[in-house]
Amino acid sequence: MTMLASYLTLAAVLFCVGLYGVLTKRNAIVVLLCIELMLNAVNLNLIAFSKYGVTPSLTGQIFSLFTMTVAAAEAAVGMAVLIVWYRNRATVNVDEFDELRG
Amino acid sequence: MSTSFAEYAWLVPVFPLAAFAILTAMGKGARKTGPWIGIIGTLASLVLSLCIAFERMTDNADDYSKSIEWLQVGSLKLSAGFEVTNLTSLMLVVVTLVSFLVNVYSQGYMRDDDRISTFFAYVALFTSSMLGLVLSDNLLTFYIFWELVGVCSFLLVGFWYHKPEAKAAAKKAFIVTRIGDLGLLIALLLLFWYMPDHALDFTTIHNVFSTPGGVISVGITTLIALLIFVGAVGKSGQFPLHTWLPDAMEGPTPISALIHAATMVAAGVFLVARTFPIFEASDAAMTTVAVIGAFTAIFAASIGLAQNDIKRILAYSTVSQLGYMMLALGVGSVSAAMFHLFTHAFFKALLFLGAGSVIHGAHTQDIREMGGLGKTMKITAWTFGIGALALSGIPPFAGFWSKDAILAAALDKNGILFAVGAIAAFFTALYMARLYFLVFAGKPKQDGHAHESPSVMTVPLIVLAILSVVAGFVDTPFKGWLGEWLTGEAPEHHGSGIVMVVSVAVGLLGIYIGWLVYVKGTVRRDAVSSRAPALVRTLERKYYIDELYDLLIVKPLRSFGKALQAFDDYIVDGVVRLAGYSTSALGRLNSRLQSGQVQTYALTALIGIVILALAIAGRRFW
Repeated sequence: MTMLASYLTLAAVLFCVGLYGVLTKRNAIVVLLCIELMLNAVNLNLIAFSKYGVTPSLTGQIFSLFTMTVAAAEAAVGMAVLIVWYRNRATVNVDEFDELRG
Repeated sequence: MSTSFAEYAWLVPVFPLAAFAILTAMGKGARKTGPWIGIIGTLASLVLSLCIAFERMTDNADDYSKSIEWLQVGSLKLSAGFEVTNLTSLMLVVVTLVSFLVNVYSQGYMRDDDRISTFFAYVALFTSSMLGLVLSDNLLTFYIFWELVGVCSFLLVGFWYHKPEAKAAAKKAFIVTRIGDLGLLIALLLLFWYMPDHALDFTTIHNVFSTPGGVISVGITTLIALLIFVGAVGKSGQFPLHTWLPDAMEGPTPISALIHAATMVAAGVFLVARTFPIFEASDAAMTTVAVIGAFTAIFAASIGLAQNDIKRILAYSTVSQLGYMMLALGVGSVSAAMFHLFTHAFFKALLFLGAGSVIHGAHTQDIREMGGLGKTMKITAWTFGIGALALSGIPPFAGFWSKDAILAAALDKNGILFAVGAIAAFFTALYMARLYFLVFAGKPKQDGHAHESPSVMTVPLIVLAILSVVAGFVDTPFKGWLGEWLTGEAPEHHGSGIVMVVSVAVGLLGIYIGWLVYVKGTVRRDAVSSRAPALVRTLERKYYIDELYDLLIVKPLRSFGKALQAFDDYIVDGVVRLAGYSTSALGRLNSRLQSGQVQTYALTALIGIVILALAIAGRRFW
């Protein structure tokens, strides 16, 4: 159980670092990177539970593979959006993304 | 008797009503024909009224009344109808005659007014309502016409509504008389409640209250009589509700003559005369009427001494003379009251129309700016002089005989009332002398542009002047014809020599003092004002009655209204505004949250999750 705890602690630390970056960084690319960090923290949890969980199974590992795939696609789309945005506005600062302000 | 004019008496108010309808239908275009329609309408009424009156004089006919069922609610019946008695036929003649002359006069006086046809329409409506009031055979229809003349008075006082004073005066006239009208309405309801079979017609009222130890207790009778008297006080400008009448002089002068001197203000006296059995059944009510009447007579006459507006002096004189009539009623002499009403209608209408002629010629209403008008306005001066003499009670003019009858009746009852009446008569003679000498005698103070009025205005003056001379002879102490004709009883012989001597003496004394002060100059004009400035100022300010009412009634009511308005503005509207404001504040707060910043949204979501997590975790410790 100590192994699981240390994995989970690492994942939690990673998640919090990612969350901190998402909430505070102004550069959209860094924000995207931080989102990846949070996703990876989740992957780490999935894998840790699939190995050391109460009922160990491969489902968690397969799920994390899916997540990586989707995350890659998401990163690609996110980068594409950012490039288009940069062409139009010449900035990638998230705090200037306020088109939906009420 | 097969047919009599009395059967067609209902036509008398119909003629002016038709004139009113035609004038209203024709609109403002009828500048030329409009006056003629009004004149013809009242002329028709006048002819018919004269026929009725002469018929009654010669035949000594029975009273004629006819009523139709007007409304039936359950077992309750209300009727409407007309009644011709000697009293009403006399009033018919007075009203139609003065109205006809005023119509003729107005054709000249109002010639240049833009709304001349509207004016004649209002006058026709007034005449019709006043005649309806006179003819009513029951108190309910009487009350309806009573209110209608009030409305016409309001419309005509405020006829020149572009003047703020006229507007204020019209409102004041309406509101102050309304206080009296409320009293009359309550009296009407009480009568309706207590009378057998809920009868409201004058004949039944007469029968019920004339029976000694009647159906209605003394207390209720007194209450009803006093409430009716409140109505009469309001309409006839008696103290303490007299304040509207002098202000009502803001209306056109022919209106002052017709409504506020001869007819409408006399309606209060007529009302008391018509319901006289109720008053006779209560000593307290009779005393109240007499005291209020006597007090008003001397009170208003003393104010008249210090006024400078020609119409205002005449207005206070009217209030004072109406006080005389009330005094006569209070001491139990209906015939003296009606006699004075009859003569007063003629000489006061004459004085007002004469004043109108003076204003027309001199273009001012301030008697201190006039003088020497007797040279340029001969007819006006002569006729006005006759009116002034009649008012001052100098024989053989009409006012002498009627005032003498009142004073004699007062002396029979109470020496103090007689003394008050005699002093008031002295004041009357004095202020009329002051008015007459300041306006017509002396040197002209203006650059001679005063001119005599056109004949359409002077002819009514001459007619009224003749009437002011002869009207008194219908009832002299030597041959009391009118009193017998009106009341059906042989007149009690009241021709006491002392009364005549006293009333002539005070009248002549008043005129002599006026002559000394304002013509001869042996007594300086400021002889009184320099010695007792406070007294003169009190008279000029009309005993501060208006100021007192303003302080006691108008100001508190106005601040009460302001408080209610503040309640509405801040409490009622405040709640409404708070509802709106809180909604929009919530919206603003929410729209601040919609910053478009994804990171803010994420932070909000995070905080939410943390709170949820804490809440779930916290539940364990409960």
